[in-house]
Amino acid sequence: MTKIIVDDVEVDVPADYTLLQACEAAGAEIPRFCFHERLSIAGNCRMCLVELKGAPKPVASCAWGVRDCRPGPNGEPPTVVTKSPMVKKAREGVMEFLLINHPLDCPICDQGGECDLQDQAMAYGVDSSRFHENKRAVPDKYIGPLVKTSMNRCIHCTRCIRFVAEVAGVPDLGATGRGEDMEITTYLERAMGSELQANVADLCPVGALTHKPQAFNGRPWELIKTPSIDVMDAVGSNIRVDARGREVMRVLPRVHEDINEEWISDKTRQHVDGLKLQRLDRPFLRENGRLRPATWAEAFAAIAAKLKGADPKRVGAIAGDLAAVEEMWALRSLMTALGSPNIDCRQDGSVLSPAHGRASYLFNPTIAGIEEADAVLIVGANPRREAAIVNARLRKRWRIGPLPVGVVGERVDLTYDYAYLGAGPESLAQLAKGGEFLDLLKSAERPLILVGAGIAARPDGAAVLAAVASLAAAVGAVTEGWNGLAVLQNAASRVGGLDIGFVPGEGGLAAPAMVEAGALDVLFNLGADEIAISPGAFVIYQGTHGDDGAHRADVILPGAAYTEKSGTYVNTEGRVQQTNRAVFPPGEAREDWAILRALSDVVGHRLPFDSLPALRRELHAAHPHLAALDEIAAGDGRATLDAWAALGGSASSAGFVSPVADFYLTNPIARASRIMAECSALHVTPALEAAE
Amino acid sequence: MSVRRLAPAEDQPASFSFTEENERWIEKQIAKYPDGRQASAVIPMLWQAQKQHDGWLPQRAIEAVAARLGMPVIRVLEVATFYTMFNLEPVGRWFIQLCGTVPCHVKGSLDLKQVLLERIGDQQHVTADGNFSWLEVECLGACCNAPMLQINDDYYEDLTPDLLIKLLDDLAAGREVKPGPQNGRHASEPHDAVKTLQDPALFDGSLVGSWRKRFEQQDVKTPDEAKAAGEVVPPKAPEPAPAAAPTPQTEKQAATATGPNDPKPGRPDAGRPEHSAAADAPAQRAKSGEEPVAAAKQADASDASSKEGSETTGEPVPAPQSEKSEEPTPSRPSEGKPAAAADEPEASKAPRGRSKETE
Repeated sequence: MTKIIVDDVEVDVPADYTLLQACEAAGAEIPRFCFHERLSIAGNCRMCLVELKGAPKPVASCAWGVRDCRPGPNGEPPTVVTKSPMVKKAREGVMEFLLINHPLDCPICDQGGECDLQDQAMAYGVDSSRFHENKRAVPDKYIGPLVKTSMNRCIHCTRCIRFVAEVAGVPDLGATGRGEDMEITTYLERAMGSELQANVADLCPVGALTHKPQAFNGRPWELIKTPSIDVMDAVGSNIRVDARGREVMRVLPRVHEDINEEWISDKTRQHVDGLKLQRLDRPFLRENGRLRPATWAEAFAAIAAKLKGADPKRVGAIAGDLAAVEEMWALRSLMTALGSPNIDCRQDGSVLSPAHGRASYLFNPTIAGIEEADAVLIVGANPRREAAIVNARLRKRWRIGPLPVGVVGERVDLTYDYAYLGAGPESLAQLAKGGEFLDLLKSAERPLILVGAGIAARPDGAAVLAAVASLAAAVGAVTEGWNGLAVLQNAASRVGGLDIGFVPGEGGLAAPAMVEAGALDVLFNLGADEIAISPGAFVIYQGTHGDDGAHRADVILPGAAYTEKSGTYVNTEGRVQQTNRAVFPPGEAREDWAILRALSDVVGHRLPFDSLPALRRELHAAHPHLAALDEIAAGDGRATLDAWAALGGSASSAGFVSPVADFYLTNPIARASRIMAECSALHVTPALEAAE
Repeated sequence: MSVRRLAPAEDQPASFSFTEENERWIEKQIAKYPDGRQASAVIPMLWQAQKQHDGWLPQRAIEAVAARLGMPVIRVLEVATFYTMFNLEPVGRWFIQLCGTVPCHVKGSLDLKQVLLERIGDQQHVTADGNFSWLEVECLGACCNAPMLQINDDYYEDLTPDLLIKLLDDLAAGREVKPGPQNGRHASEPHDAVKTLQDPALFDGSLVGSWRKRFEQQDVKTPDEAKAAGEVVPPKAPEPAPAAAPTPQTEKQAATATGPNDPKPGRPDAGRPEHSAAADAPAQRAKSGEEPVAAAKQADASDASSKEGSETTGEPVPAPQSEKSEEPTPSRPSEGKPAAAADEPEASKAPRGRSKETE
């Protein structure tokens, strides 16, 4: 720790701090454009100039280390002044230069109202320009469907270049030319290839990069901001839903150091137009093979009629990937009341089960814990597609220091180097026998074995899990204080569903068995759109979008999307989080738990709660860990290994394939989104075609 | 310099690959750098590609270099567009780079530019026969032979419009040309008779080494000189001091007198009026506790004819004055100056600025 005096305040900071960080620690505010605490230091905007006693000129505080400061003549701590006239004049000079070429188009700029340059010009700008030449004019560039460019506004902070090169790991952006002719562009204006690319528009301190889908749509001050949780993948990124009236205008990241830091994936950000398209806004009833709009009463009556004489063993329920814990709890309660053991939240047919312990389906090391791992083995997962934020964290760890990464599964670009160990279970067995990478894992103090949820959904899932368990035990992945077994889920609802036991009861059918022809008479489908239901059963679909599930349905009950309800979601780490209602559901759609509560009354098994708090009281009484928001209740790792090792069966030789073939189209909301379709057509379709 | 972009598609070749000889050369270049630093070879590789491809870099060459070094293409494009020595558009067989920086400019590069404009046309434009194109560049570092230009790899110096026309004619006709000075001069030796070292003054110490002699003389100081220079000497007896402050008699004394007494501030001030005592700014007045100038008086001050009136108000308005006057400060006993100076009349003790007013 080093002492330093900032504006007469003495602070004690680590020697590796920069002056800017030390000034912030002392409570002084330093303006900046190029500096960003999660990116490397560029030091090129010069806005953060401060006066350092003993230095002949003002120094750029972002690029000046505390340990580089000289002490005073009598050994006093170095002195920094951030409010002196010299500092103000220096920053005013910098601002004047920045504004020389910056167009005066704030009234038509989408960054207006949340623009760093605008804000800082209020403090350091002058009211008129002394520049009488022509301003620089730069052609706008195409860099993809998500980010709009207005290159006249660029101040060359290079945050975007550093982000795509360092965090996203897909170095598409660069600066061509030099000096006044410097331009930010991709190579020959190709689209950026990262699934985190839209973050560059958040990073842009001016209006040069803005969100293309939101261009000219609204002003930040007219939006109602609701903190919420993302459900596009199982990461549970913290987001802010900005709404105007009944419409969700955009989604922005919220900082959560343990989950998404301050990034979100493109799907998380730009699926929002899907919330308005293809929505189910009233109940539907199938008559003579065609769906017709109906009233709630008609729909409920039809369901009650079907359930009346039905054998409880031939009634079942499947919960989809976007369902919140509350409605799954309500549906589970209803099915229990009906006497049916056929419930499942694993529409992909996964064998992950609460029977193996909570640790058997969690990302036990936690996402932040990735940074502590010293060897990583990825089995049957493509984290870049299944959880882009987790992949960014893996890349961050890989950049911090040497990290041996091994992959058994698909050979894809993960944005970091890895040793490719093979495609399928045979390679896994080969690895367990010995070899260089096994030695690396064994010698590692905290090895992390990342298991894709997809491998548990294979027909031979149990055998593969057993193999993983024996490997994990052999390399010491589960020790006192470290559980390196990391199951990467890809559905937002999955951990919550497994937590409350939304799995088949005694003698109950699992999801793949339920959808087989002739298995059931009545199937309640709670937003499961990724499972094909055979003809025969009477299907009740409760969901938000007119997707595959709705097409197969006999009765459609319109529910609320995650932005329209307060719902509990448990992310892949086991962290309990809640969404908040930003807007109301469209039309006659209702919150899902309320629909189920109303339906239970009609079918004669009234559920014992009349409000969301009452439902949650019941839920929390049964599962106390769900009451602790933003907390992780850890499972027993050793018990999981034992339970998995006991699973038998023989593995096939088929290679592991990620369940997420198309990153942009994984759920009904994203499939309804035009922007996601455009991204998919741009990035995924050519890749798939090339692979064939 | 202007924005540099890749050549239009119609000029781009369909493919590019290094010749076998260049491949071997590239391998040697890459081997120079440690493992994982192969990207360091990007500039030599681009240069070799440009040499191989008629003096300019096509898009395919940039991509080939990127693929060879495992770099993102945009990184190679950054380098290629940054350095103006990489030509991104086709150039003539003789690619002329005319120096237009100051020394060449004063020696007549504008005339050469006119010749090129008439003979070849606009910059970065290849003549119909493919022989010539030209570009004005910044200093090529041969100012002693200005004006000059570079054709492909060679410098052609000491040019005049006529010599340049002849040079271009020779090149176009395929005649041999000689790089270097074109006016018969050898390298950068004097053009006329060589007599630089024949001046006797060079060797008698009057020209060369005179500085050192001055410093040697300064080191040996007599007490009289030291006193005259204003240093602290215990006063022996009141001496008739000069009426005004000691005026430096020689340049040497002035140098020693002003040096240590007027240290340069360790930190430059921000240049604001209140930091500088040199100006009579409102901010400075406020700092020294003076009354601000009333608006009416400011208006008066701008009108010379009303100046009389302002003096009759009875309030003595101090004239602008400066502590950093170029006049030497009158000596004061407290500062160790000769005591006799304290006996001087009031008028001469006052700062010069004020004394003007009293006159």
